[in-house]
Amino acid sequence: MSILDQPSSSSLSGGGVTRRQAWGLVGLLTAAIVAWLVFAVWPQWLNAILISKKAFVSAILNGLTLAGLYFLVASGFTLIFGLMRNINLAHGSLYLLGAYIGYEVTSRTGHWLLGVAAGFTVLAIIGVVMQVFVFRRLEGDDLRQTLVTIGISIVAADLMLAVWAGGTYQIATPEWLDGALTLPVITAVRSNGASVFLTYPLYRVVVLAAAIVIGVGLWLMLNKTRVGMMIRAGVDDRAMLSASGVNVHAVFAIVFGVGAGLAGFAGVVGGSALSVAPGEDVRYLLASLVVVIVGGMGSITGAAIGALLIGLAEQIGLVYFPTYGVVLTFVIMVVTLAVRPQGIMGKAR
Amino acid sequence: MHRRTLLALALFTGLTAPSMALAADDTIKIGLLATFEGPFTVLGEDGERGAMTAVAETNGSVAGKKIEIVKGSSDASPDSAVRAARKLVEQDGVKVLVGPLSGDEGLAVKDYAKTKPDVTFINGTSAAQDTTLRNPAENFFRFSTDGAQWMAGLGTYAFKDKGYKKVATVAEDYSFPYTQVFGFMAEFCKAGGHVPSKSWVPIGNKDFSSVIAAIPEDVDAIYVALGGADAVNFLTQYQQAGGTAPLIGGSITVDQTVLTSKGKLRDVLKGTPSAGPTADTNDAPAWKAFVDAYKKQPGAFPSPSLFAHGYYVNMKATLLALDQVGGDVSDGGKKLREALSKLSFDTPTGKVSLDKNRNAIADIFLTEVTEGSDGNLLNKLVKVVPQVNQTLGIPEDEFMKLGAVNRDNPSCP
Repeated sequence: MSILDQPSSSSLSGGGVTRRQAWGLVGLLTAAIVAWLVFAVWPQWLNAILISKKAFVSAILNGLTLAGLYFLVASGFTLIFGLMRNINLAHGSLYLLGAYIGYEVTSRTGHWLLGVAAGFTVLAIIGVVMQVFVFRRLEGDDLRQTLVTIGISIVAADLMLAVWAGGTYQIATPEWLDGALTLPVITAVRSNGASVFLTYPLYRVVVLAAAIVIGVGLWLMLNKTRVGMMIRAGVDDRAMLSASGVNVHAVFAIVFGVGAGLAGFAGVVGGSALSVAPGEDVRYLLASLVVVIVGGMGSITGAAIGALLIGLAEQIGLVYFPTYGVVLTFVIMVVTLAVRPQGIMGKAR
Repeated sequence: MHRRTLLALALFTGLTAPSMALAADDTIKIGLLATFEGPFTVLGEDGERGAMTAVAETNGSVAGKKIEIVKGSSDASPDSAVRAARKLVEQDGVKVLVGPLSGDEGLAVKDYAKTKPDVTFINGTSAAQDTTLRNPAENFFRFSTDGAQWMAGLGTYAFKDKGYKKVATVAEDYSFPYTQVFGFMAEFCKAGGHVPSKSWVPIGNKDFSSVIAAIPEDVDAIYVALGGADAVNFLTQYQQAGGTAPLIGGSITVDQTVLTSKGKLRDVLKGTPSAGPTADTNDAPAWKAFVDAYKKQPGAFPSPSLFAHGYYVNMKATLLALDQVGGDVSDGGKKLREALSKLSFDTPTGKVSLDKNRNAIADIFLTEVTEGSDGNLLNKLVKVVPQVNQTLGIPEDEFMKLGAVNRDNPSCP
């Protein structure tokens, strides 16, 4: 399939530049424009169009951090789907449960990092338990697995409502993560010539950094380790993997554990940046569904790209056209489905 | 299999038949519609506490009949409210329904009420203006005031006493916050103030930092009309972003449902002026008695929220009117509705009566957030604005000329 594709794609763009080079050029140009927008002092007319430089740059930065959060949730979701063909519609509940557990541990011990660790560990264990006791029994029955996950998400939502009631919780971040960073970005120049620099909450930068570290870690795990090799092989052909002597169930359990753990981790991290309340489960499930549909089911890189697109679209929409901002997200999804139904990085099957 | 089904059927009829017979004779079913799910869950639960406080005052019976409360749950979206109302009316067969809680829900339930002329609808706390002002339903009664009424006195106070000349607004994008912003701006603009920027955010939005960054830096204060989790998120992120402009609160922004939240948002809330149908430090004996009665409900806040208050007032009105007609709704509720429209009674927050559109005329309280002696944040009473009507004291034809509330109306940049 891919061998047949190659010549046709290069012949399309004629003799001069290949399609790849053209895309590279477009990418460079966009990067240059964004860099200018971020670092240059804006002329008056641009301020008039885009409200203010502070609003614009903050929206971009917020979009990036939100994308980081979405990526953490969606990467687990996409891994589980890629390997098991199981659309885990209880993934949002895992996020919310992780957040509540993080809140309990943090407020009882006073250590935020312990809360984060607990969110990951407990949810990873729950993920493995779910895989062993629920999904293994329904193996090969994709529809039934999906329906069971809907059931689990509804039951979990009501149980969490019973335990933690409907209140809004805020996970307290430690002192060393509080405060704001002054970024080398000039937002305005005062009349006396002094520059006003952009300040940005430190915690959000940490969220973004965590997402990048985990993204790179996942990529390394998938591409450089033996387990990663098994997972990739399982994504391509799980029957063959099983036939070649690998314990597929163990691989499934690992993936489910990591996926659920990441959701729990994201819950604690996200619950500290924003807040924890009933209904978050559905919100993050929907977000990761859209991210994964746009990025391509089963691909980590796709999840990163999808998260970036959706996060930026949400924040820019919120600032510049709040009423119709939600539409933007779904326009991206619809366009992706129309032009490239398998998602940006997805493989056509 | 077959036998088991039969057995189940027999059991089912056995269980339900007596209760159905009872319902016909000496119980009155009242539907209670509130948000028991979704982002406004806490608000709905407190609304229920308020309604149950009113029921407890009559010892659970009215005119010698036992009151049976049938709960319906919505998630603050209009369609879920209509679905829940439909279930209560068409399946459970209630003839009297108290609710809903939120603005858009009120508009939707009002429209549904028009299709059920023999069922009597009494509002919960929904406070959109047009639920009663434009195109009202004959059988929808609102003994609580609307969002614009709640703002009475605040605009003038912000301009004259606080000295704010330029204020930016941040509010959720639906009918109730439109009404609140309208009520605030009606007075504030008239006094000479300016509102250069209005941000409307989708309900249930979590990340407000971009919105905060887009607020102009040269405003004197920010008017915030957000509820529940949205308010908590906004205030926390405003504190994190190092926001320094003082705040002015919409009625539900500085409500007990938000003031009792944990976290650093408390620091930015202190000193925030607001207005609404209740004040926590009200010294009136009737209010104190109400607070004591309310606190007997499970899970009660240190002080009743305006949702508890609104549901209490509306449920109380329902019970008073039912008592007047001897609990008789067999005539399609005609007598009950007549009694309701003539009803005037003393609530914990002063006298309430209805206007010709069946909307309440009542006292409004101007408040400021302070820290109580026990460390809880409270709304300290600053001033009472007596007997505010729906047109805010402006003659009706003049008021109608201001136009329907929406995102762009009113405007004074």
